Amino acid sequence: MSSDPFIRLREVCRNFQVGDETVHALDHVTLDIQAGNYISVMGPSGSGKSTLLNMLGLLDQTDAGSYQLAGRELTTLAEEARAQVRREKIGFIFQSFHLIPRLTAAENVELPLVLAGMPASERRAKVQQVLQGLGLQERADHRPAQLSGGQQQRVAIARATILQAPLLLADEPTGNLDSHSSADVIRILEELNAQGITLIVVTHDTNIGGRARRRIRMVDGKVVKDET
Amino acid sequence: MTPPDTLQFSYRALRAYPGRTALILLAMCIGVAAIILLTSLGEGARLYVISQFQGLGSNLLIVLPGRSETTGGAPPLLGTTPRDLTLDDAIALYRSPAIKEVAPIIVGAAPVAYGSLEREVTIMGSTPALLSARQLTLASGQSLPDTNPRVAAAVCLLGETVWKELFASRNALGEWVRIGQTRYRVIGVLAGKGQSLGMDMSDMVIIPVASARNLFNAPSLFRIIVTAQGQEQLAQARRDVETIIRQRHDGEDDITVIAQDSLIGTFDNILSALTWALGGIAAISLVVAGILIMNVMLVAVSQRKAEIGLLKALGAPTTQVLRLFLTEATLLASAGGFIGLLLGLGGVFALNQLLTDFSVQPPWWAVIASVVVTFLTGLLFGSIPARQAARLDPVAALSGR
Repeated sequence: MSSDPFIRLREVCRNFQVGDETVHALDHVTLDIQAGNYISVMGPSGSGKSTLLNMLGLLDQTDAGSYQLAGRELTTLAEEARAQVRREKIGFIFQSFHLIPRLTAAENVELPLVLAGMPASERRAKVQQVLQGLGLQERADHRPAQLSGGQQQRVAIARATILQAPLLLADEPTGNLDSHSSADVIRILEELNAQGITLIVVTHDTNIGGRARRRIRMVDGKVVKDET
Repeated sequence: MTPPDTLQFSYRALRAYPGRTALILLAMCIGVAAIILLTSLGEGARLYVISQFQGLGSNLLIVLPGRSETTGGAPPLLGTTPRDLTLDDAIALYRSPAIKEVAPIIVGAAPVAYGSLEREVTIMGSTPALLSARQLTLASGQSLPDTNPRVAAAVCLLGETVWKELFASRNALGEWVRIGQTRYRVIGVLAGKGQSLGMDMSDMVIIPVASARNLFNAPSLFRIIVTAQGQEQLAQARRDVETIIRQRHDGEDDITVIAQDSLIGTFDNILSALTWALGGIAAISLVVAGILIMNVMLVAVSQRKAEIGLLKALGAPTTQVLRLFLTEATLLASAGGFIGLLLGLGGVFALNQLLTDFSVQPPWWAVIASVVVTFLTGLLFGSIPARQAARLDPVAALSGR
């Protein structure tokens, strides 16, 4: 290995109790991911790919194993510290966008800055800049319901990247989009990756999954294929 | 997240659900308005009664026959009825230097007639001291003759109502009215004083105490009103009354002396308790409003799971989510409380416009308490939903589970 990996997973396990049965959503997963890589995670439903993403994003816990991000062990962190890592290091993009319907596009994008406690005067310029970069400046005062799916996902991307998190996690980012918007969103994500963001995309779509530089396939909580 | 941002975010969330917000505001608002109005009525009643007592004058002692306090020990084998108060007892009280005036009182009812008009009227037998003790003033004529109270005289003072009814507001001075079987000359008419302690002072006729004793054929007094020389001599006057009557009653303590301020104190206590009780009853509606807040917030939390999950994904710590929902609840409660306060004070104002001789005013503690209690209600009943929101598992919350 040439350098220390950005993400280092060792024997990570995550189990769920379904009735009497224990489901191994992550079954001793060991992975190294270099900074700036572009990775797709594919696999059938219930293979654990979403659990992997949630675990990487600190939304979910691990039951065993080690997770280091940029050399820092995260499995032992307390809740407040995990929240801080999420805020500063990780951007999320969801299939259903998860924009807050009562807030305008600009306000949705502003939310991470608000949570980080940035003063209002500094926030405005930053939001303006990010929206402009994604061609959304005309839509800044629209509410999510007034935006197309593609536009909503672009707002979500703006929100995920406004604090320049080095890790971007996308869970089926094109799942609710038509092919044109999908291509658009993938292009934006790839541009962000080209700028140095580590991008991990969970998808069903082999066309999208196939574009990644490194393609991971999961079945029953195990990594069964890992190609570059 | 800075406090202004938290406030702003919560405010926007409340604005997003206007129906739900209005419902909670209404509930809080009714609760607080009820507290303000009910305690204002209680306080108004208290102040009214106190002012009525103060209308009696402040140096008064009221002497009643019979002992009102219960004493310990076995009841007497032979029943002893309290000795009556007599006119001579009353006159004997003048021996005390602390006593300024003594007004013996006999009360009864008798038909009063003038011309063809006749009506049953309350008759009060007393001395001129009664007028000063009860602060009665004459509209015309003169007071009862200030002679030996043992001497009867066929003169009377008419209350305003009696005068209006019998004389149709014409001059009555010097006219003769018949009370019972005897004719009395009208020598004065009282200025209207209205109700005093439940006794309508304008609907009665006052005659000399000796005349009343003859009229009702009763030697005993209803009570004696004693006026002390001053506030400072009140205690001395009380001791003298007890000593003099005990001497005259063969060493028996068989009278009750009531000081006016102790009466006020008693009524004050009763009516304050009443006000508190009314406030307490109204406070129940605040608790109900609090439970409503809790329910509506619980619904809000389950409806906004995805939003809570998102906030967590964006890096909002648990405490921040808790703060957001607590802020929403307290914002709701406080706003509802504030509107309720305005509504309650508006109601008090309206009541004061309607009721002329009864002044309604909110006690200061009710105003402060209602504001504090609404804030605490929001905090208390908001904390359960807020904690539930803060504890949500972000993965489950994001998927709406």
